[in-house]
Amino acid sequence: MSALTLARAQFALTVMVHYLYPVLTMGLGVVLVMVASLRMRRPDEVYDRMLRFWSHIFGIVFAGGVATGVVMEFEFGTNWASYSRFVGDIFGAPLAAEALIAFFLESSFLSILLFGEKRVSRRTHWFATLMVALGATLSAFWIVAANSWQQTPAGFAILHGRAELTDFAAAVFNPSTPLRFLHAVLGSWITAAVFVGSLSAYYLLRGRHQEFARRSLRLALVFGLAALAAEVVVGDAHTRQVARTQPEKFAAIEVLHHTQTGAPLAVVGQPLPEVLLPKLLSFMTYFDFDARVTGLDAFAPEDRPPVTATAMTFHAMLWLGLGLGVVLALGVFLWWRGRLFVSRRYLKVLCYCLPIPFVVNEVGWVTAEVGRQPWSVYRLLRTKDAFSGSVPSEQVAISLLMFVVIYLGLLGLTFYLVRKKVLQGPGGGGEEVPS
Amino acid sequence: MILDLIWFVLVAVLVAGYAILDGFDLGVGFLHFWVPRSEEERRVCVASVAPVWDGNEVWLLTAGGALFAAFPPVYATVFSGFYLAMMLVLLGLIIRAVSIEARNRGASPAWRRFFDRSFAGGSALVALILGVAVGNLMRGLPLDARGEYAGGFWALLNPFSLFIGATTLAMFAMQGACWLAMKTEGELGKRAVTAALFAWAAFVALYLDATLWAPSDAPWLFLRARQSFAPWIPVPPMALCLVGLPILLRRTRLRLAFLCSSVSIACVVAILAIAACPIFVLCTNEVGRSLTAFNAASSPRTLTAMLIIVACALPFVLGYTAFIYRVWRGKVRAEPEGY
Repeated sequence: MSALTLARAQFALTVMVHYLYPVLTMGLGVVLVMVASLRMRRPDEVYDRMLRFWSHIFGIVFAGGVATGVVMEFEFGTNWASYSRFVGDIFGAPLAAEALIAFFLESSFLSILLFGEKRVSRRTHWFATLMVALGATLSAFWIVAANSWQQTPAGFAILHGRAELTDFAAAVFNPSTPLRFLHAVLGSWITAAVFVGSLSAYYLLRGRHQEFARRSLRLALVFGLAALAAEVVVGDAHTRQVARTQPEKFAAIEVLHHTQTGAPLAVVGQPLPEVLLPKLLSFMTYFDFDARVTGLDAFAPEDRPPVTATAMTFHAMLWLGLGLGVVLALGVFLWWRGRLFVSRRYLKVLCYCLPIPFVVNEVGWVTAEVGRQPWSVYRLLRTKDAFSGSVPSEQVAISLLMFVVIYLGLLGLTFYLVRKKVLQGPGGGGEEVPS
Repeated sequence: MILDLIWFVLVAVLVAGYAILDGFDLGVGFLHFWVPRSEEERRVCVASVAPVWDGNEVWLLTAGGALFAAFPPVYATVFSGFYLAMMLVLLGLIIRAVSIEARNRGASPAWRRFFDRSFAGGSALVALILGVAVGNLMRGLPLDARGEYAGGFWALLNPFSLFIGATTLAMFAMQGACWLAMKTEGELGKRAVTAALFAWAAFVALYLDATLWAPSDAPWLFLRARQSFAPWIPVPPMALCLVGLPILLRRTRLRLAFLCSSVSIACVVAILAIAACPIFVLCTNEVGRSLTAFNAASSPRTLTAMLIIVACALPFVLGYTAFIYRVWRGKVRAEPEGY
């Protein structure tokens, strides 16, 4: 295999494993702020246990995020040296800003959140929790801004053989940054909500830690459903923005081979028998049944993204995400009817939903990144030209193998530690009598 | 350009901050097999770094990010040139991060022994390789016409660079032992003081030896130190700290001892940075290809924007870092139940 293919495989592996960690902690941070705020208003022992338990899980997952995150920051230099030289003037700044503004904040205050309950006042502890969540969210902002610049570059000029910054604000708030930031953050909120809901359902099914689980589950359902409702709006707006800013990615997502007016929406696509709803794609994209939608044939073959992977991951994200919405809405409905905590069938379904939001986030990112190909920076730098020329393929093969081994170990260890914590339970109240 | 030089200095400050802060938790890791002798003592040692190690590591991320943003060609050349070495650093960082978090969460002795070993091994690996990388930068690198590293992996493992790696290991061991001496008490604290004295002696000996070695292996740095007065400025404070360190350790003025160790590390970084300024990477086969703060800098607009961000954020970072260390001040005791 060529060094380029190996380097791409390595980046895909390291970034996909990395994202499993922050996608949970970003959302869990917000959950912790909500619990800490509730505790400030009405201090009681159940909120104490909720804050302690979910923050311990946060701590375990955060460490994995740090360990895998350092890799990402190094990899642009090690594997994508040509890319770094070409875009460093613009792309480096958000990464440095992320470390300086966001990551310091999160990792510094995390120690108070995790270990500091006896050392600081409740108010300071609440503030530390808020700073951790704020740090995680700011982190997401800078990383998404950097990645969005690769999707829709702005605020630069090609000078001295590289992309040079001409307008900092335009580069950071490029056309796709705001919606993609919201999209990613809401995705992480949904992930944390389903995570908390699923484990609470597990305790309810087992008849353990009832009051703890009930409060956690209620919080998760409200938070998750609100985030998901917002995500539907943001996701829709983002897709329409892609149609305007990256038409070839949009054409790949919707498998639209030919440019046409009144384009149909493919509800079910290849390899299954196609189901086309006439004119709907034009309407959904431009609110006009006869609007002209650009198809893949408008682009030279070497400029088209891989269609199958882009389209399949997009639809997996869409349907699984909407499926989660149905589950969360059903939960709220059952709660309203007073049957939430007794419907074992529903609790079981919710319990098994645990991995789904992680999958949804990952496939969504695959759509974003594979759909950007063949470009590393959209219409500026091809992925094949972004690679480090001086690194021989054997060395990339060695490092790829190293990451496969160490990340399998890391994922296994995280799973083991989280599972152990869950089995151990939130403690304090111990085994309550099931009601 | 004054902006280019400001950023050269800022990168050096970030590297010094990293060496001082992550230096002590890497050192604590490296010393994990010698200083603590019982299970309880090992818990105390891990607990002494557990709340702060990840914040310390952010200094590395910030230094890397600043290098990427301010001097992209340097970041690209050094990181891709040191490819396997950088991968080993990442391996070490991942292993030790995981070990700190996992160690106290397992009940079985085998589990703890495994993560004790990986904590020590990972920390030593990171310190050693970062030192070897510095050694290679001190010697200079062969670069091709596109500015890419033109040597192989094994060429990086030359005697001089390995020696600088060993010196770095001793320096971090000194820093880690001073930290443990300050944060622990009883038998463990006494052993930490002894370890600090040993590490101090090793570091001073290795450092002097490396200085004698520099004229042959890093002649350009040596030449600059002879031609200019500036690289000598950090020498008196460093000498004062290094002379004072064993005295303070014996008199159990342990916070002051840690401060002395930190200042001497900052001075080591300062001496190297001043002697090298403005050169980041000296090209050994064609001096004109060397990467300097001037020819590798980002555009003035980027440097200005970044400088504004630093000016706004750094006071806060330093403020809450000081706050966090104040919350965790005093001696450490083993946490009863992980956390």
